[in-house]
Amino acid sequence: MDPKSLDFKTSWEYAPAPEGKEHIKINARYEHFIGGEFVAPAKGRYFETINPATEEKLSEVAEGSSEDVDKAVVAARAALDKSWSKLRASERGKYIYRLARMMQERAREFAVIESLDGGKTIRESRDVDVPLAIAHFFYYAGWADKIRYAFPGKTPRPIGVAGQIIPWNFPLLMAAWKIAPALAAGNTVVLKPAETTPLTALKLAELIQAADLPPGVVNIVTGAGATGAALVNHPGLDKIAFTGSTEVGKLIQRAIAGSRKRYTLELGGKAANIIFEDAAIDQAVEGIVNGIFFNQGHVCCAGSRLFVQESVYDTVIRKLKDRLETLIVGDPLDKNTDIGAINSKMQLDKISAYLKIGVAEGAELYQSSCKLPKKGFFCKPTLFLHCSQSQRIVQEEIFGPVLSVQTFRTPEEAISRANNTPYGLSGGVWTDKGSKIFKVSNALRCGVVWANTYNKFDPSAPFGGYKESGMGREGGLHGLQPYIQYN
Amino acid sequence: MPRNNAALAVTLPPQFVPIDEVGIDERVSRFSKRSIKKSSKVQALKLALSMLDLTTLSAHDTPERVRQLCHKAKNLLETMPELPHVGAVCVYGPLVKVAKEVLKGTKIHIAAVSTAFPSGMAPLKTKLIETRQFVADGADEIDMVISRGKFFEGDYDYVADEIAAVKEACGKAHLKVILETGELNTLDNVRRASDIAMHAGADFIKTSTGKVQPAATPQVTLVMLEAIRDFYYATGKKIGMKPAGGIATAKQALHYLVMLRETLGEAWLTPDLFRFGASKLANDILMQLVKEQTGAYQSIDYFSME
Amino acid sequence: MSKAERKAEVVDLKDRAAARQERLPVLKTYKLFIDGKFPRSESERYYALTSANGESIANVQLGSRKDFRNAVVAARKAFPGWAGRTAYNRGQILYRMAEMLEGRRAQFIEELETLGASRSEAETETAMAVDRLIYYAGWADKFQQVFSSVNPVASSHFNFSMLEPTGVAALLAPEDSGLLGLISVVAPAVAGGNSVVVLASHSKPLAAITFSEVLHTSDLPAGVINILTGTRKELLKHFASHMDVNALVYCGSDAEEIRTVQLEAAENLKRVVIEENSDWQSEERQSPYTILATQEVKTTWHPIGL
Repeated sequence: MDPKSLDFKTSWEYAPAPEGKEHIKINARYEHFIGGEFVAPAKGRYFETINPATEEKLSEVAEGSSEDVDKAVVAARAALDKSWSKLRASERGKYIYRLARMMQERAREFAVIESLDGGKTIRESRDVDVPLAIAHFFYYAGWADKIRYAFPGKTPRPIGVAGQIIPWNFPLLMAAWKIAPALAAGNTVVLKPAETTPLTALKLAELIQAADLPPGVVNIVTGAGATGAALVNHPGLDKIAFTGSTEVGKLIQRAIAGSRKRYTLELGGKAANIIFEDAAIDQAVEGIVNGIFFNQGHVCCAGSRLFVQESVYDTVIRKLKDRLETLIVGDPLDKNTDIGAINSKMQLDKISAYLKIGVAEGAELYQSSCKLPKKGFFCKPTLFLHCSQSQRIVQEEIFGPVLSVQTFRTPEEAISRANNTPYGLSGGVWTDKGSKIFKVSNALRCGVVWANTYNKFDPSAPFGGYKESGMGREGGLHGLQPYIQYN
Repeated sequence: MPRNNAALAVTLPPQFVPIDEVGIDERVSRFSKRSIKKSSKVQALKLALSMLDLTTLSAHDTPERVRQLCHKAKNLLETMPELPHVGAVCVYGPLVKVAKEVLKGTKIHIAAVSTAFPSGMAPLKTKLIETRQFVADGADEIDMVISRGKFFEGDYDYVADEIAAVKEACGKAHLKVILETGELNTLDNVRRASDIAMHAGADFIKTSTGKVQPAATPQVTLVMLEAIRDFYYATGKKIGMKPAGGIATAKQALHYLVMLRETLGEAWLTPDLFRFGASKLANDILMQLVKEQTGAYQSIDYFSME
Repeated sequence: MSKAERKAEVVDLKDRAAARQERLPVLKTYKLFIDGKFPRSESERYYALTSANGESIANVQLGSRKDFRNAVVAARKAFPGWAGRTAYNRGQILYRMAEMLEGRRAQFIEELETLGASRSEAETETAMAVDRLIYYAGWADKFQQVFSSVNPVASSHFNFSMLEPTGVAALLAPEDSGLLGLISVVAPAVAGGNSVVVLASHSKPLAAITFSEVLHTSDLPAGVINILTGTRKELLKHFASHMDVNALVYCGSDAEEIRTVQLEAAENLKRVVIEENSDWQSEERQSPYTILATQEVKTTWHPIGL
């Protein structure tokens, strides 16, 4: 062993500190939420949702058919025509505020269910997902009666009924990103949560019911791809909002070609995180870790391609490896866990396949020495060193805790490699030099640039991609635009 | 001045290392979110006790007061004889002899603050005289202050040379260099001062005198620990760390230990390389330990002040 | 073209000349405008343009998919430089375009008349075209201020969102408004920093081609605006499917064409803008929201600290 190495296998370890789940109530079965009521699926079919950390069944959930989708769209249209559009904008806003407040009361419950159903750490669901989801409702609630100030020279109107399809990586937060601006702008919605993580959206449905929102303003139909397809193809929708893979995004754009439906897509990414030699290196290493290991790397904007200037490469990699040793992988409900469970068996298989591909392509695999739990879906934090731009692990979105590392010599080289991808969602720049930050962040062809930070989100900050990472923005004033029309 | 000797490389004046304050804040908040419970908590609290520099640094300290403090250091809690002893007792130099007398036969070190503490506003000559005197009186450790005025003037050579001179005057005694981070103001300065102190020969770097607010904070401590880490990787030398002042609760101490563990690892989880400079911390740790043993929350009335 | 055909054409031209005046007029060769140059179609094809009463007016290049490909290469090459120009400079160049157009009003009026417009219609369209350029010249350094934002995030970060051009935009100019319609789609895209490839009206291409001569003398960097002539039927699919085109603006209302455009655009998730309203003289057809259609929003975060 190198005499100058640090040892993080310490004689003092942290005892397990699991978050209590005794007070959490999960029903044995969940129905669709349509027209303000929980409604059994027309075909009577249900699917299981499991805890990916234990592989145990949590509940069973209605499988949406085209009949169910139709029912939901009809309910949303009726709500739009009969109640929601008749309300004063300020009253619509007050409903959204009320919902935000009720979520705050039950924040911990949401957090625990989010971790149980999706495998993400309680620290993140408690400190990031749930508070941000609430903040989103709170932010857009206030816009409801102020939208005319957001579009100078125009008189905005709602679009109508929106079909919204959300992914499994931030289930409640994505529901908030979709529902809050749509409602604030006066639309009604049919939301389809991801099939592996439907529970928090259904909990939200209970709150929506309890908050007395007019029936049909928010409808939730659960199911997998077929349910999503039924929603996308339903002629009664005015707009589709989708967050998910680029592949499915393209399918959706094709499916609605020639229809009058508007659409916004928030899709995949392969973000470059660029570390210059004059960066605050220790903070940059934190940014690298937060960039790729946040939420097990199940983040479309994850900093999955690391570019390190050659002169500091050894330093950065040594620190990064040290830091990997301190990451705690395991029980998502343990308050000390840094990396939780991979969301599903399918996703774990996909990540594992990429690990094999990377090795076959000749990249150097490095993983932390942590032990993984025997049950459940887990993956060690992984680095691929000495990667080349042409490798699949550099070009393709892995959506897991896997970082591909390359070096660069000059800023121009870093920028051109960073942009050499069909994606364009996000990027990171680390340097202590202000003028360099602006030069590089301007040159990056992507919708979000984190300079000397990474993976920060806020309801007031627009988020969305360039190129194949999607179109339209969510969050902030710009996030209203996809839900209004003018002329 | 160009230096060609490769062996001198590690003693070259350190380059500027930028620190991002918000990044430090975020990292610190992660440490404080670690949940330390049960056996893990007891183990850490005992470790913290062993790292304690039980401190009295009042201008009106008397031999009697120092004697009381030394007795407390020897007998932390009658009911828990298995507890480790504290790392050191930290006093003003003229009281070293008093402490030495009471602590005779124990392994508890005596630390003396020196070099015109806390201001450091004195000629180097007198700083060296007092340092030699305190060591001769029996101090095992010398806590010096850097010349902050010279630091702000940009006269880093003066600051470094002074530390080197005091180090020489220390002889066998360990040298802790107090940066007085509350006056340095920025984390960039804290990092620069840390690098200067380590390169000039410090055995420990220490945040504060306790006379300036803010004293130790998790932020400056993290910056200093990261400087220690870089110095270790560059030279192989292990430098100790002492946050001092402002750490009054067991919970705070636990968060510092989490930071230490996740920044420097096993090798630094020892009183040889980490100390808490504190006066009120001991009793709060003791109360927590008794609470873990009995299950009942404790009152300060049942723990001796000194 | 066969020898016989060429001969017939010459004869035809002579007849026309004779019919008009004694002096033999010099006829203009209408060509493409790619990368600041005026090439013929690589396919060496053309189509004959005839007036309302069947009179032969000119031969116009029948642009091919390879011409389109070359134009996209030119546009891509020109994009970073154009996007990197200051907004002020882009505004000045658009204004210069307006100046040049104004100076050649007579020619444009004549060409519009040749293709069926009445004198007053031609005058109105030309005047509006000049004014539309000036309108967007003015927006070049203003729309950013109207549509960007500083976002009050709930953390220690400075956060702002600003607009950036999408990249290379392919434009299918309106069929029935040869000059004003073309400028109404080109100007907002270019004012916003995009480079464009535009397919001119098939039936009214003359003004578009002459407009490229205006561009050539307006300090506009080569490749920023590329103008093709040809048939929409042949090129539409390539416009929509080209993987290096970032946005597609379709003017028209053919349901099947719109469907094709949207289907093909999905290949690389092009931004698709459908302009169905054909009243290019209406007040609504000039708006900063038109610029927005080919803009991306970039949000930048930076910590605020010492």
